[in-house]
Amino acid sequence: MSRSDVLVDADWVESKIGEPGVVIVEVDEDTSAYDKGHIPSAIKIDWKKDLQDPVRRDFVDKTGFEALLSERGIANDDTVVLYGGNNNWFASYAYWYFRLYGHDKVLLLDGGRKKWELDSRELAREVPSRPATSYIASEQDSAIRALRDEVVAAIGTKNLVDVRSPDEFTGRLLAPAHLPQEQAQRAGHVPTARNIPWSKAANEDGTFRSDDELRELYGDAGVDFGKDTIAYCRIGERSAHTWFVLHEILGQANVKNYDGSWTEYGSLVGVPIELGEAR
Amino acid sequence: MSSDLSGCGAPAGGVTVTADAAGKEAIVEGRVTVGGVPASTGYARLRGSGDEFVAEVPLGEDGGFRFFAAPGDWTLVVLAPGGVREERQVPAAIGSVTKVEVAV
Repeated sequence: MSRSDVLVDADWVESKIGEPGVVIVEVDEDTSAYDKGHIPSAIKIDWKKDLQDPVRRDFVDKTGFEALLSERGIANDDTVVLYGGNNNWFASYAYWYFRLYGHDKVLLLDGGRKKWELDSRELAREVPSRPATSYIASEQDSAIRALRDEVVAAIGTKNLVDVRSPDEFTGRLLAPAHLPQEQAQRAGHVPTARNIPWSKAANEDGTFRSDDELRELYGDAGVDFGKDTIAYCRIGERSAHTWFVLHEILGQANVKNYDGSWTEYGSLVGVPIELGEAR
Repeated sequence: MSSDLSGCGAPAGGVTVTADAAGKEAIVEGRVTVGGVPASTGYARLRGSGDEFVAEVPLGEDGGFRFFAAPGDWTLVVLAPGGVREERQVPAAIGSVTKVEVAV
């Protein structure tokens, strides 16, 4: 996997609007963004209502994913182009889902909604209607998802990449600075984790930095490219952005996203936690 | 404006302040206008003293934004279509609201 296999620019997406076999999908936390205007022909997926189990803390199972994509009119052989706000956090999260359930023809719009807006490109309000399909998903690919026990076992052995802000990493904040401070029971980070905020991988317009810049970023911060890696954040969407960088753009093998992330780890009883700067 | 805080993303304009939260948080908020008109499309981001990214919100319909920062000094960066990019130095302190008006 490399950058050209997974990432497309806005000109490419503009040229594919309305093309059969290409489905453009906006994924935002705040779905009102889509309703105010979206890339023409794009449909939307709600990261919470559509992708999360309504009862348990987990995401939709294989059957649920099949039902979702079938209802949205996405076929197994369609090329899915994902984009969204927040510098593509939730689009990266959805990208990871699509990969998790075996959809190979999936791409991410570099820069996402922000770059599209800052370029003053066309936004439409018309909601397209797509005929239903009979989507068949694969079983979850456990090679790209980490669960809590694996994170505890990885302390001191694998690369643990905490992609939250320095203030969240050190324990000064429990949530990003645009949100009220609540959520996990304890602040801090997983021992031996390196703090490499997701934002360092992105330019100001939301596009990803160059491959050389990205390798230097993670290498200088202590990521051993010869080891397996687990990325985490607070709920797993910022770390999906970093998983995308390491696994999809840089082609690193054995990179997992821990979607339980700090809201799970920081509330577990008895697990080790460190405060302050990385040691 | 969404009040669902289960995610990490920021609703347009930032999260609404409750009376309970206002006294406990270090709030930075304001409004962006371009040519006298509220900038309803654009982004506000906070950078720390080490130039690191801290947070970003899309501007609200009224050009508004709000952050819940840690106490300290921050750089506010505003991005809008047409190559608009403005920076302001802003302080934040627990229990106070720092107001910033950005007119381009």
